[in-house]
Amino acid sequence: MLAFIKRHEGLWLFTRSPAVMIAAIVAIAILIGAVFAPWIASVNPYDLASFSLMDGLLPPVWEEFGTEKFLLGTDDQGRDMISSILYGARLSLIIGVSAMIIATTLGVGLGLAAGYFGGRFDALIMRIADIQLALPAILTALLIDGIARGILPPEMQQDLRVVVLTLAIALSLWVNFARTARASTFVQMNKEYVQAAVMQGQHPLRIMFVHILPNILGPLLVIMTVDLASAILLEATLSFLGIGLPADSPSLGTLIRIGMQFLLSGEWWILWIPTLFLIALVVSINVLGDFLRDVFNPRLR
Amino acid sequence: MVFFLAKRLIQSVFVMLAVAFLAFSLFRFVGDPVSQMTGVETSVQDQERLREDLGLNDPFAYQFARFTGDMLRGDFGFSYRTRQPVAEMIASRMPATLELGVVALLISLLVGIPAGVYTALRPRGFATQAILMITLVGVSIPTFVIGIMLIFFFGVQLGWLPTFGRGGTVNLGGWETSFLTVDGWRALILPALTLGVYQLTLTMRLVRAEMMEVMQSDYIRFATARGVPMGRLYFRHALANTMVPVITIIGLQFGGVIAFSIVTESVFQWPGMGLLFLESIRFVDIPVMGVYLVVIAFFFVLVNLIVDLLYVLIDPRLRISDVS
Repeated sequence: MLAFIKRHEGLWLFTRSPAVMIAAIVAIAILIGAVFAPWIASVNPYDLASFSLMDGLLPPVWEEFGTEKFLLGTDDQGRDMISSILYGARLSLIIGVSAMIIATTLGVGLGLAAGYFGGRFDALIMRIADIQLALPAILTALLIDGIARGILPPEMQQDLRVVVLTLAIALSLWVNFARTARASTFVQMNKEYVQAAVMQGQHPLRIMFVHILPNILGPLLVIMTVDLASAILLEATLSFLGIGLPADSPSLGTLIRIGMQFLLSGEWWILWIPTLFLIALVVSINVLGDFLRDVFNPRLR
Repeated sequence: MVFFLAKRLIQSVFVMLAVAFLAFSLFRFVGDPVSQMTGVETSVQDQERLREDLGLNDPFAYQFARFTGDMLRGDFGFSYRTRQPVAEMIASRMPATLELGVVALLISLLVGIPAGVYTALRPRGFATQAILMITLVGVSIPTFVIGIMLIFFFGVQLGWLPTFGRGGTVNLGGWETSFLTVDGWRALILPALTLGVYQLTLTMRLVRAEMMEVMQSDYIRFATARGVPMGRLYFRHALANTMVPVITIIGLQFGGVIAFSIVTESVFQWPGMGLLFLESIRFVDIPVMGVYLVVIAFFFVLVNLIVDLLYVLIDPRLRISDVS
């Protein structure tokens, strides 16, 4: 019942805020573009046969020498910018969403268990969390990436790049979930319904996931959106640093790194169009996250 | 108070031990140190002798104790890539990163605190709404994009400021500083802004939240009723009481500044520790990675200890009671 009212209240608030509506439209448009990239994009930027060097460095259609074939121009290899960006956003979103899901599962699982069992287990998890919090996420992700480079045999490095990157990002973001889940679980542990379930002798896993989890979803949902934005930014940053994805399977961050080479020459679109796209994506996710926080936390309104 | 500080000191030692353990595990288990140090032509017997000489066959705990002892004496080993002592490599890069970080932190505080106070006192004002909107966009723009934008406008379009390197530096007893030359300051502006902007939004949001909460409290209402002048009320009564959480966040931000300096240094080719760390990851130069980690953790712990000392100075309650 409560959830139902909140949902309605959220819907009502949603229609009242133009910024949130624009953010939602932008986010959904990018999501659709990314999911259906293989059908929307005119060329496959990974397939060398589908583009030609002859089309290299064409400006967007509204500039002089721009053609309608490439609405946002081409890069130095003759790749259509729209296609590169859609495929790039696809990769960024795949990595961002999977990292977020892994971080949520791991963090919520550990946080719930820490809050439920308390004692030594709780202390252990929280000390690990404290130590990790002392290292900022980007440092953790870089470190995990470096370790993977040292451990994995060279021939597997290229194939596992996406997996390594996703895990590195996920492992640097789980702490937030664990702390929030733990704190919320502590609050729920004193509620009568949990104590009743414990008295009935229900299995701890059942109490944790069937009874407690639905009641702490609100704050977790907010962290999920905020962390999705962080995950996408982290991936972009790592790829920009040249640690993330290689140039032949570019994400948005890689596209920006490649575009940097054109900072001093006149081909502004190669750098600024992917940059603008990344900012639009992250800003709209953050606006939605702020909105969700307001919906779930009426005190702040 | 003594008890409080002693407790924090012991905690810090444990954090440092944990980080040292992490660095040690990196060195010991990621790749084989012996095969990194020797070439293909080294015979198996020589490799075994080196293994014995390095003490890699000793018990694990013993190895870790020796590793920690070496670290304490400032012996950080040799880089796999350049074969130079890691201590020298890090030490030569440290001034660049610290100067960049300090200036960025100053920007964050000198702009962030007044902006936070202003937006808290005038929550419905037009300027407040504008500032809040800008910070939301600011948080969403990755550091490296801010750097590229600054390079583009001030470096390429306007041509006012240099876009890479440190400019002129002066050697002060082994410490290469860019604070003493005009050239060095000019080179410092763009990287420090890039690094400071994100921290600035954090500072501002925190000060604003704390300030709004304090302004609602009874003692502020009472002070208002008593007719305390506004300036005194805001800064002496309200702001002073927001300082404990603000100082905590400064301690945490220092870690953020150092970590994000990796990105900033990469964008501006700033010859600091971050750039060195990136290179060491690319070449899997484990000793450098490990030592960087330990050095960063050391700074982090040190700053947080100073923060604890400041608590005692700021909050008189901590000075009197020995309970907390």
